[in-house]
Amino acid sequence: MSQQQPAGVIHDIGYRGYDGPRLGRGAVARALYVHSLRGAFGLGRSARAKVLPMLLLGVMCLPAFIIAVIANATSSVLTELPLPYSRYAVVAQGILTIFLAAQAPQAVSRDLRFKTVPLYFSRPLERSDYVLAKFAGLSTAMFLLLAAPLLIMYIGALLAEFPAGRETTDVALALVGAVAFAIVFAGVGLVIASLTARRGFGVAAIITVFALSFAAISSLQGIIRYVEDDATLAGWLGLFSPITLVDGFQTWVLDASSSAVAPPPGSAGGVGYVLVTFGVIGACWALLNLRYRKVSS
Amino acid sequence: MNTTVAQLTARALLGGRRALLLLVMSAVLLALAVLLRLSVGVDHQVTADFLGAVALGALIPLFGLIVGTGVIGPEIDDGSVVYVLSKPISRPTIILSKLVVAVAATVLFAAVPTFVAGLIMSGTEAGLAVGFGAAALVASVAYSAVFVLLAVVTRHAVVYGLAYALIWEGLVGGYVPGARTLSIQQWSLSLAETIVERDLVSSDVRLAVAGVLLAVVIVGATWYAGQRLRVLSLAGEE
Repeated sequence: MSQQQPAGVIHDIGYRGYDGPRLGRGAVARALYVHSLRGAFGLGRSARAKVLPMLLLGVMCLPAFIIAVIANATSSVLTELPLPYSRYAVVAQGILTIFLAAQAPQAVSRDLRFKTVPLYFSRPLERSDYVLAKFAGLSTAMFLLLAAPLLIMYIGALLAEFPAGRETTDVALALVGAVAFAIVFAGVGLVIASLTARRGFGVAAIITVFALSFAAISSLQGIIRYVEDDATLAGWLGLFSPITLVDGFQTWVLDASSSAVAPPPGSAGGVGYVLVTFGVIGACWALLNLRYRKVSS
Repeated sequence: MNTTVAQLTARALLGGRRALLLLVMSAVLLALAVLLRLSVGVDHQVTADFLGAVALGALIPLFGLIVGTGVIGPEIDDGSVVYVLSKPISRPTIILSKLVVAVAATVLFAAVPTFVAGLIMSGTEAGLAVGFGAAALVASVAYSAVFVLLAVVTRHAVVYGLAYALIWEGLVGGYVPGARTLSIQQWSLSLAETIVERDLVSSDVRLAVAGVLLAVVIVGATWYAGQRLRVLSLAGEE
């Protein structure tokens, strides 16, 4: 008979312990940010996961490329781009919405579903770091998606020898507007997605909020502005859909060309749009932190 | 059609708080209709524009998308569909049962509210409520059939369905008139155009063509979904 093994012994089988430097909270958050950003475009994931985001990026850039080609082909007649930079986001809102609906649940719902969130929080990572990393990652992804076509149009405009100073100012302002679009979209999308562990529900809910609110608000605005002849009320209505909200924001703050049926009414309206835009961003931040204060499901 | 499968599907689709969430969408349409009636009064052109843009243009496609993919998508996603598939029920029967639930839910939550919104805004005049109600009805059936098929074919059904509804029917259809011929929205609008009196609604497709195309799409999508379900392979989680 062999010797009786004492219970509860951890055998030293010669593995070496880790005694190198341990990166802290900031490094974890940065890693999570990079991971989220890459994940939004399917990088570091399977080939099937890359298809959709890359396809959307391509579809997003295609009209910009066509616009750039048109500008160059007709540069003897035209003196500016057929479509202003700042209107691109609203024209391509369908693609932005689809990208958001596909990638926001991808960023947070799977962590909830496979219960990896508690694992994150067992590291030196605060709740707000997790929220910040996800929020920033998705915002950056949305911004890149929107900035790429703008840069293509900008290069096209420079090649067509439009006034470089004016084009640079315009594209810079449009990029600032793109930041606002990206943050508002990512915030609203993440709040919705973080409420469900099921990807499908998240996708459907985000789409509903963006597409339905835009369709309903635009048609209401149209009817109230042209049938009722009340441009002020129509302008205020734009506050109730994320897309018209940010469009109004950039119309007033950045002096962009409006794509909405009715722009913000006067300075009071403009200030209102700005306040609501920042309010929405702040509310998304607060709600996300609230959501992750306790993670059980 | 198998009633047990249909019951289970209905419970999965509408159980818990989900029916309430769907109800919120219908309530938004009705609330907007009441708001317009109070602020604008009775204006048949407004009714036609509003129902065309919000009900047929957004609510019905979105509902068809959520409900059509919702009856089978989540089950394929988490793999529990094998428990249904392993029962001695033919795959086309399963599809048909699920489709019946999807159509019933879309009609109940989207087509009926469209009809009621028409009644609120224009009463029974000019055939607006009936016209848009009928158009919403056929659109519900067609969207449900197409999106059930899409959910069987791909795991990203909602996203591709959305690309169809937003980009094809919305963006491309807005600039390329030819694309409108191949759009469920226009086919159902042509029914509304026929029923509604006066020239309040216009569609790019003639009713006969639209009817044939609708029938082909509905029957074809249902049949093909059944075929695809026979060779369904469950992919792992990406």
